[in-house]
Amino acid sequence: MIDITKNVDDGVLVLGVVGDVDASSSIELDNAIKEALEEGSQKIIVNCKNLSYISSAGLGVFMSYIQELESKNVKMVICHLNEKVEGVFQILGLDQLLKIVSSEDEAKKIINEL
Amino acid sequence: MNYSYKVPCTKEKLKDIRHFISDVLSKHGIPEVQISTLVLAVDEVCANLIIHGHDCNPNDSIEISIAVKDDVIVFDIIDEGDVFDIEKYQEPSLGEIIKKKRKGGIGLILVRKIMDKIEVIPKDDCNICRLTKNYKSS
Repeated sequence: MIDITKNVDDGVLVLGVVGDVDASSSIELDNAIKEALEEGSQKIIVNCKNLSYISSAGLGVFMSYIQELESKNVKMVICHLNEKVEGVFQILGLDQLLKIVSSEDEAKKIINEL
Repeated sequence: MNYSYKVPCTKEKLKDIRHFISDVLSKHGIPEVQISTLVLAVDEVCANLIIHGHDCNPNDSIEISIAVKDDVIVFDIIDEGDVFDIEKYQEPSLGEIIKKKRKGGIGLILVRKIMDKIEVIPKDDCNICRLTKNYKSS
């Protein structure tokens, strides 16, 4: 089970992911991103401060939106990964394909520059 | 030392499986960062077996056994039924996954990157997926 919080701050949708994203819960992350795109969000920050675990199911969710984000010109920045979770992104080289920064402040700063 | 843990084939049990592995490896003083990648690899194999091998049927079960030896850790993931041969599974490339927007299929890439050896051992009444990690070498 995961919880996803939503906040809109100065035109930027901030999704906060809380818990473990694995094969049983990745659908909730998927639905949250899908909904954000359907609602027409143009700038999305995924704050992973309280994301304690991610497996390939969760990575797959992020990867599956890379093209749609590009085609709709939607900016997405992932921030605040803990060391272990960041390691999982790095094993597959996803840190090169997705925009990942260390804090929400930094994410807010760069999302307007992308 | 050998440890084993058996659970019904449901995705909700993955979290319990992760706790079990993490507890066992912590007891043996394996560094935290290494534990997290080993937990991930076993989680990926279990998720694959539960979803693709057993269609998440709670009447089926899956057993995880861990043997911590001097220089290797051996994880056996044991189930009954048709063998789901992860060795023969053709993993897509990252490019393909992004292009086809598929959300699965990258788990076994992770397993191969994390573990030193992956074997599928069919037995008369069960299948064993054996993951081996040399842990003093890394």
